[in-house]
Amino acid sequence: MAELNTGDGGGKKGSKKVRSKKLNSKVDLTAMVDLAFLLITFFMLTTSLSKPQSMDLSLPDKDEDPTKNKDVKVDENRTMTLLLGDNDQLKVYMGMLANPKMAPKDIAYGKAGLRAEILKRKKEVEQYTGDAKKGLIVIIKPSKKSNYKNLVDVLDEMAIDDVGTYAITDISPEEVKLLEGAAPATPQ
Amino acid sequence: MAKVKMAKKATSIDMTAMCDVAFLLLTFFILTATAKQPEPLPVDTPNSTNQTKLPDSDLATITIGQKGKVFFGVTGRDLRVSTLEMMAQKYNVTFSQEDKDKFALIENFGVPIENLKQVIDMKAADRNLENVQPGIPKDSLNNQLADWIQYARRAAIDNHNVELTIAIKGDAKEEYPEIKKVMDILQDQKVNSFNLVTGLRGKDF
Repeated sequence: MAELNTGDGGGKKGSKKVRSKKLNSKVDLTAMVDLAFLLITFFMLTTSLSKPQSMDLSLPDKDEDPTKNKDVKVDENRTMTLLLGDNDQLKVYMGMLANPKMAPKDIAYGKAGLRAEILKRKKEVEQYTGDAKKGLIVIIKPSKKSNYKNLVDVLDEMAIDDVGTYAITDISPEEVKLLEGAAPATPQ
Repeated sequence: MAKVKMAKKATSIDMTAMCDVAFLLLTFFILTATAKQPEPLPVDTPNSTNQTKLPDSDLATITIGQKGKVFFGVTGRDLRVSTLEMMAQKYNVTFSQEDKDKFALIENFGVPIENLKQVIDMKAADRNLENVQPGIPKDSLNNQLADWIQYARRAAIDNHNVELTIAIKGDAKEEYPEIKKVMDILQDQKVNSFNLVTGLRGKDF
């Protein structure tokens, strides 16, 4: 390039000084940016940034069966039983099934249904016992047709509502019948 | 008067800043990247509001999906190899050193131990195809899942001197009895505390 310049300069106006041409200091970065963004996109899509959440679940020891209340006598006024059925069906009753404090009723998952009910009952039980430590006891009974999501939803609800005592136990045949629709009409 | 000339606007923009940002982000993503492993059994986990994260190491994941198919995986290559060695001994299957090296790279698998060698020999892409791996047998006659769990726990204690954390990763649509079976297997081994893998959601669901 320099040679070309000197050659031309001599031809036109001989008196002018030979100037070295200013090199353009700017590099075209477009291609580089393109490449960088391509790589960013690739890495964003292939990475799993968020580690999966997990929920701790502790089950009681299997040998001693605390669910049948052999050793632990539980006040029926404090127990709330949740029956998990198919198609997101959920039934709730208080006390014992044969003689419930609150007759079994259908309830929806989520904020308006289950959460409201649990919070209400929790308050009632705390008033009844007069001791914050002796709160509501929730017994979760998933039926054979319920799915894993239902179980996790209910367990999550326990965490949200701060229910200290809950247990997952097997469902009894009467309760299966109840879920299937043959509801014994026992008004409170 | 000279003609009013329109000022020529430069057509090229200064890309330096943009380039800087792009490379900064790129560096960040490269450094934080842990490549997503293709899963042989894709599951859609249910959501919860729980924020606890799973640990990175000494973790066994039991994946349950597609009508009770169970897959098993352990983190850590050393744990995988020693678990495999113990399983091989118990079920009288021999694995070459090459097989073990390959097995150490497999995130999770779901075949009976008799067919494990074939799966190890497969290419990673074939391995993750649907219906290649039928799930680990877990019935009472042939409870290989229980053995895998047992030996993985033993391997964790032998190698790292910690109790293995066990996580259950179930599909949201999976029926409860299938989950219950796995929980029972865990409880038979006196593992009464484990993690359920969930997604994240807000409190207002």
